[in-house]
Amino acid sequence: MTDMVAWASLAPLIALVGALVNAFFGKNLKEPAPGIVGSVAVGAGFVLSLLAFIGVAGGGEAVRVGFGEFLRAGDFTVSLGFHLDQLSVLMMMIITGVGFLIHVYAIGYMHGDDGYSRFFAQLNLFVASMLVLVMADSFVLMFVGWEGVGVCSMLLIGFWYKDLANAGAGRKAFIVNRIGDFGFLLAMFLTFKVFGTLDIATVTAMAPTMLYGSAALTGIGLLYLLAATGKSAQLPLHVWLPDAMAGPTPVSALIHAATMVTAGVYLIARTSAVYAVAPGALATVAWIGVLTALVAAIAAVGQTDIKRILAYSTISQVGFMVAAVGAGAYWAGIFHVLTHAFFKALLFLGAGSVIHALGGEQDIRKMGGLGKRMKVTGTTALIATLAIAGVPFLSGFFSKDAIVVATFTSGVLADVGGGVLFWLLMITAGITAFYMFRWYYLIFGGEERLDRGVAERVHESPAVMTAPLVVLAIGSVLIGYVGLPAFLTDNRVQAWLARATAAGEFSHPSVATEWLLVLGSAAVALVGLGLGYWVYVTSKGALAKRAGDTVLAGASRGAFGFDPLYKALFTDTGSGAAEAVSLLDKEVVDRGLVSLAGLVPLLGGVVRRWQSGHIRAYAFAMFVGAAGLALVAALLGVLK
Amino acid sequence: MVATEYYVALSAVLFVLGGVGVLTRRSAIMLFLSVELMLNAANLAMVAYARAWSAGGARIALDGQAAVFIVLAVAAAEVAVGLGILVAIFRNRVSTNVDELSEVRA
Repeated sequence: MTDMVAWASLAPLIALVGALVNAFFGKNLKEPAPGIVGSVAVGAGFVLSLLAFIGVAGGGEAVRVGFGEFLRAGDFTVSLGFHLDQLSVLMMMIITGVGFLIHVYAIGYMHGDDGYSRFFAQLNLFVASMLVLVMADSFVLMFVGWEGVGVCSMLLIGFWYKDLANAGAGRKAFIVNRIGDFGFLLAMFLTFKVFGTLDIATVTAMAPTMLYGSAALTGIGLLYLLAATGKSAQLPLHVWLPDAMAGPTPVSALIHAATMVTAGVYLIARTSAVYAVAPGALATVAWIGVLTALVAAIAAVGQTDIKRILAYSTISQVGFMVAAVGAGAYWAGIFHVLTHAFFKALLFLGAGSVIHALGGEQDIRKMGGLGKRMKVTGTTALIATLAIAGVPFLSGFFSKDAIVVATFTSGVLADVGGGVLFWLLMITAGITAFYMFRWYYLIFGGEERLDRGVAERVHESPAVMTAPLVVLAIGSVLIGYVGLPAFLTDNRVQAWLARATAAGEFSHPSVATEWLLVLGSAAVALVGLGLGYWVYVTSKGALAKRAGDTVLAGASRGAFGFDPLYKALFTDTGSGAAEAVSLLDKEVVDRGLVSLAGLVPLLGGVVRRWQSGHIRAYAFAMFVGAAGLALVAALLGVLK
Repeated sequence: MVATEYYVALSAVLFVLGGVGVLTRRSAIMLFLSVELMLNAANLAMVAYARAWSAGGARIALDGQAAVFIVLAVAAAEVAVGLGILVAIFRNRVSTNVDELSEVRA
């Protein structure tokens, strides 16, 4: 069993080999070949993850695979190795499984692109880094993966770098992420100071013996939260994700929906033992998650770009996950990571299919009625829409319900506004259903509003793109059944992750209350969808126009003005300071040196007159000088 | 024996004559002669002092005399090079007037 799990250590290596092959030989390969190399590398990783999954399920014990020492300083050592337990293996399955489907889709989507092989090289490098992130047995190695995905994210956002806006979006994502990374580094320093080690398993084992709620532990928790807000696009560091949509759509699906943005949730679940003894930090996590979910959901309503809506939706959904881990329901957060990976990847790939069909059009006001022309894309997008909206019996319903219930029953949040968080999440769930209905209906339903000349070209995407859509759609429907509510039947996700994460405290309401919560959660989804139907179908958008002038609608369109605020606060201050320093350099340092240099010819002008060229004048000067020296020497009494 | 003071006085007179010659003559040849005069004035002073130091005692002071040999050698080398340059200049300009040789100036 252990051997079977240990083989999974090869998964990142295979992805890395795929990346290197495409990077060095991709230019010589004919078009589908780089895509096939990339897909096979990730597919092989999925097979290995599957084997590890079976192995871990049988043994139950975490498997550690060591490759020796990462670094040594005095008596402090960091080992280089992988820690394969239920949590990391589940994440590996998501990364390689969904990743494989997205790679296959990209074979069709990137057809004819100049950077075809470069794309797959970077995508494979991303998968390798992401696997290292989730498999690492120490915070140091995790940080290597953490930075690796950051770099790949920047490269892929700016994939079409010839448009400066895209390159700028990549840079923005990287810089905002660096703030989070700074938190990660500080958290590591503090972890080392408190625990004396950076080995995750050791920290997990030691955490329960630490002083409950001490400032140091809370500090560690808050710093890891800062790291998570960067990578997972949570308030206040969420601003990079909407701009990240500048990258190709498979990138948005893989990195900015299914995997990388959930790294923060994974980090908090991985360090759950620390959070279990730092309730203050945990409550902060929950509040950040809920506020992000609400703010991003409202912002999603006002967007008109097909991918920007999904970007805000992703921020909002990751907010749900963060809220779940903040409530202590680590399994619910990871469960939502799992279901969200399916339906959000599906939504992005569907959006990509639409963009592909319309020749690059991304404005949903210029779409509509595409359901009839693109049957597979339309149907699968509908399934994903219903799943994310939280319609009963689809995957999103179960995971979202689990999160909402967790905030309601959480012992950690009971004294710090658990009830408020519960209601905010319920409202957010309703808004989610509303904006997703808007998204679906404006693209696939109603009448066509296509630009002239576009309508004739609309076509369903090739099979290599629609097949992954179908597989993801099946997953979006079924994957939720692994985590049915615990009061009805065994919750497999909860039991699975209980071995790898700390246990949160929860009150156990009566079965009637549980049913009420489930029904309430379903009702909210249906109300949101119904509201959407009323606004966009019954009133044919007239209501939306009338509401468009309100303050809230303006705030939604501008996403609450975070970008202008940060620009004024940080970007402008930064460039102002840079300009001041530049002025100082030009006016003081440069000018000072130039005028100092100007003195030299002036002095030279005086001295050059003495160089007359007359030998007898020189000789005279020599005599006078020698006589003068002799006189001085005589006066001082040197010559006796 | 002639007193050392006389030698030194003669040396001083010769030195001043040489110096005045260097400052006042225009011909490069005369300049050379004046410089030689100055060098030999110094030589005279040195041998005079050397003799003064050795006189009377058992000790023989050779320092001054040795210095004179060095000066002679240097003077010979200087004249060889100097006259070479002078001949070259004369070929170009048909003149050895140093006041006309003032191109090398700032």
